[in-house]
Order: sequence, then C-alpha cells, then structure tokens
Amino acid sequence: MAALATVIALLPLALSNNYFYDIAVLVGLNAIVCVGLNLLIGYAGQISLGHAGFFGLGAYGSAILASRYGWPPLAAMLTTTLAVAALAFVVGRPILRLKGHYLAMATLGLGVIIFMVITTEDKFTGGPDGIAVVPFRIGGLVLQGERIWYWLVGALLLVAVWLALNLIESPMGRALRALHGSEVGAEVVGINAADHKVMVFVISAVFASVAGSLAAHYSGFVTPGKVTFLHSIELVTMVVFGGMASTFGAVVGAAVLTTLPQLLTVFKDYEMMVFGAVMMGTMIFLPRGVVPSLARLFQTGRRRDAAKEDGA
Amino acid sequence: MKSTQAGNSLKRGLAAIATTFALYTGPAVAQEPIKIGSFLSVTGGAAFLGDPEQKTLELYVEKINAAGGVLGRKLQLVAYDSAGDAEKARTFAKRLIEQDKVDVIVGGSTTGETMAVVPLVEAAQIPFMSLAGAVVIIEPVKKWVFKTPHTDRMACEKIFIDMQSRKFSKVALISGNGGFDKSMRAQCLGVAKKYGIDVIADETYGDKDTDMTAQLTKIKNTAGVQAVLNAGFAQGPAIVTKNYRQIGITLPLYQSHGVASKEFIKLAGAAAEGVRLPAAALLIAESLPASDPQRSVVVSYNKEYESRFKSEVSTFGGHAYDGLMLAVDAMKKAGSTDKAKVRDALEGIRGYMGTAGVVNMSASDHMGLDLSAFRMLEVKGGNWTLVK
Amino acid sequence: MSAQFMQYLLTGLTVGAIYALVALGFSIIFNASHVINFAQGEFVMIGGMATVSLTASGLPYLLAIPLAIVAAALVGLALEKFAVEPARGASVVTLIIITIGASIFLRGLAMLVWDKNLHALKPFTGDTPIAVAGATILPQSMWVLGVTLVIVLALTWFFGRTLLGKAMLATSHNHLAAQLVGINVRLVLFLSFGLSAALGAIAGILIAPITTTSYDVGVMLGLKGFAAAILGGMGSGVGAVIGGLVLGIAETMSAGYLSSAYKDVIAFVIILAVLFFMPSGLFGKRGGERV
Repeated sequence: MAALATVIALLPLALSNNYFYDIAVLVGLNAIVCVGLNLLIGYAGQISLGHAGFFGLGAYGSAILASRYGWPPLAAMLTTTLAVAALAFVVGRPILRLKGHYLAMATLGLGVIIFMVITTEDKFTGGPDGIAVVPFRIGGLVLQGERIWYWLVGALLLVAVWLALNLIESPMGRALRALHGSEVGAEVVGINAADHKVMVFVISAVFASVAGSLAAHYSGFVTPGKVTFLHSIELVTMVVFGGMASTFGAVVGAAVLTTLPQLLTVFKDYEMMVFGAVMMGTMIFLPRGVVPSLARLFQTGRRRDAAKEDGA
Repeated sequence: MKSTQAGNSLKRGLAAIATTFALYTGPAVAQEPIKIGSFLSVTGGAAFLGDPEQKTLELYVEKINAAGGVLGRKLQLVAYDSAGDAEKARTFAKRLIEQDKVDVIVGGSTTGETMAVVPLVEAAQIPFMSLAGAVVIIEPVKKWVFKTPHTDRMACEKIFIDMQSRKFSKVALISGNGGFDKSMRAQCLGVAKKYGIDVIADETYGDKDTDMTAQLTKIKNTAGVQAVLNAGFAQGPAIVTKNYRQIGITLPLYQSHGVASKEFIKLAGAAAEGVRLPAAALLIAESLPASDPQRSVVVSYNKEYESRFKSEVSTFGGHAYDGLMLAVDAMKKAGSTDKAKVRDALEGIRGYMGTAGVVNMSASDHMGLDLSAFRMLEVKGGNWTLVK
Repeated sequence: MSAQFMQYLLTGLTVGAIYALVALGFSIIFNASHVINFAQGEFVMIGGMATVSLTASGLPYLLAIPLAIVAAALVGLALEKFAVEPARGASVVTLIIITIGASIFLRGLAMLVWDKNLHALKPFTGDTPIAVAGATILPQSMWVLGVTLVIVLALTWFFGRTLLGKAMLATSHNHLAAQLVGINVRLVLFLSFGLSAALGAIAGILIAPITTTSYDVGVMLGLKGFAAAILGGMGSGVGAVIGGLVLGIAETMSAGYLSSAYKDVIAFVIILAVLFFMPSGLFGKRGGERV
C-alpha cells in the first residue's frame, strides 16, 4: 500500500503533458471500479457482467441532478450513490440466488436493461448523444483540469484500496473467502451466504457508482458509450488480468488495460486483432493474472536461490 | 552465469522500452510539416461514416503533398480511431492537442463524439471541422467549431417541402435508437408543423435489429397515413425498406441522407425502387448538367475515390474532403498556420464549392450550406436519379 | 387484429430460429467443456461474410455455402486447439475472457480480410413474399425455419443414434466416467467446437439475405443466442431451441403490442423473471451441489 502511494506521488515526474495526466486519471477511475469488482469476483467468487451499469447510473445520476436540476455536485453524487446502493440491494437479493453462468446472464441482462433505459429516455438523459456535465464543485472550489483531478483521483484510489484491504482482513472478509471456497461449507459454520453476497454486491456497486459520478464531472459530459456490455467485459478483464483476489492486481489490471489501447494505436488497422491476441495470450500464459503469477515467479526464484545456497 | 543472463535481459528490456518511446514520440522532421489531426469512427457502429472519411483524408493529404503541399510545407495526417465512443474521442482529441500538437482538427464522425470534444477545442483554441450531422454542433455558434455536413434539420425540411409539393399532410415516422436517428427524429417533429405536416405514427427500432415488420405493421394499420419517413442510417433503413415491400405497403417511402450511397441500393435490392431522399450532388455526379457549378468538384472526387479504393463513393467521405479543403483554403488565405488567423479565415470563406454544396461561412453560420445544397433524389431502375 | 398477430408470430419464429441455432452452438460447446464460448457470434459472422465473398468471386451458392461452413468449422477447430486447449484447468472466468479475446481477435481479422461495409446476399429462392393468413413471410424465412427444423432433427439423430454423438453426450454428463470407458474426451472437445462453428455459420448464411451482414453482426446475435441458451437451460439442446423461439417471439410481440423502443428490455426482463423462478433455466439440469 505504501508502494502504491509512492507510485502515485512520483508518477507526475513521468507525465509530461495533460494528455498523460488524462490517461492517469482514467486509469485511477477504472482502478476504483476494479478494486470494488475484485471484492465481488475475486474474494466472494461471484461474477458480474453488468457493472458498467452501476458505473453508468452513478455517472448519469450525478450528471442529471447537477446539470439539469442544478444541485451541488457533492449532494448529487451522494444522493446518486445512495440510490444505486439501494438498487443494488433490492436487485442483489434475487439475482445472487443464481450461480455461475446463470448469474452471469442475469447481471448481463441487468446491465443491458440499464443501458437501454438510459438510451431511450432521451428527454432526461440526452439519449445516445448524452448531455454535458458541469464541473465538480465543493462549496466554492471548482475542481477542473487534469492535474487537480490526478491528485483527487489518486487520493480516492488510496482510500478505496485501504477500504478494500481492511474489508478483506475483517471478519466479513474472512466470511467471504469461506463462501468462495465452498458455499455449503460456509453456511454449515453459520455464515449467512445470501446476506454476505448481497453486501459485497452493494459495496462493489457503490465503488462503481462513485467512480462513475467522478468520471462524469471530469469528462464534462456523459454518453451511454461507457454503459455497454463491452465495457462491463473490459472491467471484468481488468480484474482477472491483474489477478483475482488481489487488490493491487485490480489496480495493475486497470492500469495496463486502460493504457494498452493508447499504445496499440501504432498498429492502426491491426489494433483490434492485437488487442484480442493480447487478451487471449495473457490469459493462457498467466491464467491467475499478472500480479499473482509474477509473485509466484519471484517466490520460486527465491526458493531456488535459497535451495542452491543450501546445496552449495 | 546467472548475473550476465540477467544483465542481458535488462539491457534488452531497456532497449525495448527505448524503442517503444521512440515509436511513440515519432521521428524528428527536418522541415516542420503542417499537422492535420483527426479522430474518426473507423470501426464500431459508425464505421459506415469513419471508414470513407479516413480513406478520403489519406487520399487527399497524399495528393496535396504530391502537388507541393501547403504554404511550402508538407501535410501530415495524424488520425486515431475513436470507434464511435465519445470518451475515446475526448482522449484522442486531448492527445492530438497536447501530445501531437496538431494545427487543426478535421474529424468527429458522430455528434456524440463531436460534442464531447467541443469544450477541449474551445479551451485549446484550435480550429475544429466537425464531420457530424446534428444541428446542435453549430447552434449556438461556438467560436472554434465548424461543420461540413448538412444538418439533420435541413434534411427534414427538404423532405417536408417535397411532401408538401405532393400534397401529403399525414405522415408516419420510423427511426432507430442511435444518436443520428434520435436527433433527426427530434428535429423533424420540431419543424413538421411549419410545413403543414402532421406526424400521426412514430415507431422505433434497435439499431442492430434484424426485422422491423412489427413496427411497420403498426404503421400499415394506422388510418390516414400518406407517406412514411425513415430517419436512420447503417443497416436499419435497408431492412426497413425490404420489410416495407414485404408486407405490401405501397405508400411513398422517404429515407434520410444517412443512407445516401449506392450501398443502400445494393443492400435493399429491388425494394429500394421509388425511395426518395435528400442528398448531396455527389451521388448523381455524372448525370449533372454541364452547366451545374458543382459538377466538376463532385465528378473529380468520385473519379479519384473510386479509382483508388475500388468502392462506391459515399457522401460522408465527401464531407471529409470538404473539411480538409476548407481548412487548407483557410490556411492559404491566412498565409500561416496560426490558429487564430486560420479561424478568422474560415469564417470569411464565401462561395466555396464543395461536394456538399456552396459554402458561405460567417460569424453566425459555421456551416455555410443552405437548402439548395441538398438535392432530392429518387431510386429509379436501381440507380439514383434527380427529382425534377 | 389476428393478421397482425400472425405477422408478429411469423417474424418472431424466423428471428427465434436464428437465435436457436446460435444457442445450440453455445450448448454443444458448454456440454463438452463447461466453457461459454463468447466467440460463437463470430462464427455466425464468418458464415455470412465468407459466403458473400465466395459468391462475389463467382462461385454458385451450391459451392459457396458448404465452403463457407467448412471455413467457419476450421476456425472453430483452430480456436479450440490454440486458445482453449492450452488453458484447460483455468478458472471459468479466465476461460470466458479467453473466448472474449478470441471474439475481438476474429472481428479484427474479419475487418482486414473483408471490410467494414454492409453486404447483402441474394435470397435462395427469390424475394416475393408469401401470404399466410393475412400476414406475409419471405421465402427466405421459410428456408430459415425449414433448415433449422432439419438441423434439430439431424442433431437428435446424431446424438441419439450414432456412436460419436453418444460419446459426446456421455462426455457432457460426466467427463471422468466418459474417459474411463475409453472415450477420447479431447477429441470430443475438439469436434464440439467444429460442430458449433458450423451451426453458427449456417445461421449466419440463412439470415444474411434478410438482414444484411457485416464484420460485427456477431456481437448482437452472439449475445441474444447466449441469452436464449440460458433461458432454455444451458446445456440442454431442447432448451436452446425453445429458448431461441421464445426469445424471438417475445421480442416481436413486445414490439408490436407494447413498445417498440423497449422491446429488448422486455425480452431481458422476461429472461430475468424466468431465471428467478427457475434458476437453471426452462430445461436446465437441476444440479445438486456436491459438498
């Protein structure tokens, strides 16, 4: 965690212009969503192919309340987050009774329904072209500009990671890991599976919603483009790529997969092919994700060294 | 043994990183080229737009360079694929402005992407030629934002005028759920009364839907409908047209300029016979009378595009051509690539003949086209013909 | 009123038959490997696009169609060999990401091999609509329904009567037991991808004359096919077919009688409702959980 803070603090030395800061902010926002999603997928062992929906609800909620109705952005964001948490709670209970692919489909369906409602109710949401969003304000202080947002998002990411790590080490976190191992077994020792699953679902939805609200204010507009099934898949990929059940893995995954398309532009027409190939390749060769696989490599390396020293 | 292996891989790693940075930042050029930045929807749902736009820009940047460049300097096109995503468009626009340091931006295939970028270009004070359709782009006028295609409102007006001349007053509307469709639908509903048109049925379909017979059946069963307008683009309208004939609706069908291409006729097949739509003269270039002032521009564009890319022209490519040429013209007039001077020169363009029509820019009109720029076309014998 | 209903029904059946074919592809692969192949939609795309370019280069339908199907099957086999097999033993989520990566890769490849435009195929037997009880149906729709029926019957015969089919069925019930009785499970897995790809390609070829095709038709059709497979119960052939038809009819009925703008929402709400009451889909295996 200290390492992450150091990286965030020192990174600006490498960022030479606003475009790089912009990418860093986007990485940070995605990372916040992924840290939350990782709790659901990596620790609780569930799956959600619809998390872009919660991100979108956060974004649109903030956008509509702050821009159309003139609410102060902070109040808009808090209200939206509460509303999304309530929705996740209400919907979570029935949905999380499903398992495996059926759960995947149900969350996918939820995400698609959110997307379609946003796209169709264009009087509220501006439809496919979206609406402009006022800049973020706390009291009289306006937060605009890539550098300010970099520090804001960096700080919030640290908070999110800290929350996640604490959650994992808490009794609730242990209950979740027990659930992941065996749901029946966990119930036998008295853990209420349904309650815990719903709680994690709500927490991950809240992370996504907050990130969404911030993203709306940062970009200055919202469109349904970020609320699609494909974006939900991207989020899951970031979590899995970085390493499930690894909070830092989620951050690494978000960082790599957000910057990758920027680097791949050199491939022009081949960009999609290369991206797909990279996805396949990393999953085939690093099936546990980047961070756990690298961690294992270092461990085996150290063990081999130690053994050699002993032997020699 | 191990340490040298590690050392070698470290060296290789550093070399790889260095090469990546080199690729990223691009080679240093002796004589600074004029950089034309672009973000287009080359892939994704709006590839219909972005693909011919990119091809056109590449083709003409090449041709201009072959003819000596602009102001004695070569043009360099820096283009990114925003895939129809407004967020990607915003990031790429930022990249173009901050990292690539372009002189002018010609791009933004869709309205969503364009509007996302507007605050950036206004803050960065760089001229931006948008290639998107909706009227909100230039209404209200934004200092640095211009656009080359006709607005969707103009398309509605042209269609309604034609309907008026055929004594239609009760009309059914069917549109998709994409940005273009929704925007045009809203504009049409807004101006209908002005032309004495009453929209008595209003159906929608999903952009990726494969069948619209349900919606068309509802329209068929609405009493009093005299004509049907389909505000859409990509594959939707082709399927609507085919379904239209399939369930036997004989009323006149109007399409939007979103499908102004020979591709549409190929896709809809025999069902397209009799369909009318407003389009730029580009589509009927060859059959324009010799006296038509647009003839030489559109015929020459058609020839170049078709011979180079072996595929049909599209009006969207034409918009990209107009965007590039207007920017180049402004640079020549201003005698420099100073952004403020180029912008002022753009506003002063009068009587410029583009593929879309005659362009007369002004401080209050950053598009410059009027209704005469649209021609009403009809499909006859499998080809586009001018409606007299 | 009933002519309208008939129109919606006929259209729903046509669309539903396509979803059914795609859903069958999902189910067959799932049965053999417990993998959800998100690249299934791309097989549909390959079938249609390959036929377009083969016919454009002069081949008649009778040659172009089988060749396109074979091409798609080869892609399916390659996918299994190079992407799925090396990753066997990985978690379900990892495998899902691999197939999604494959679908992105195939779409990117399709963009280059073909182009980004829309393409039409000529209908097999002409364009004149046939009147049925006040509604109209295209001859091509008759082909869609007819071929789907033939395929369902053929698959029933294959899985029920042939040794290979029964081996595949056995593998889906219990991998280990199948291996123990000498079934080459890896071969079964290999072939199931090929078969699913062929099914997807056939769906793509059948529907292309009605809806046009392009490099990204696979995305939506794959999604709907997956939804249909889940609705019917993942892994059940009967479920896939019924799920597809139900989904197709639900869509057109919603568009016709409720709201054309929300028809997809209504379809998904129906699926969610079914799943709440029947967590394994309509015909899914009601599994007990082993402790």
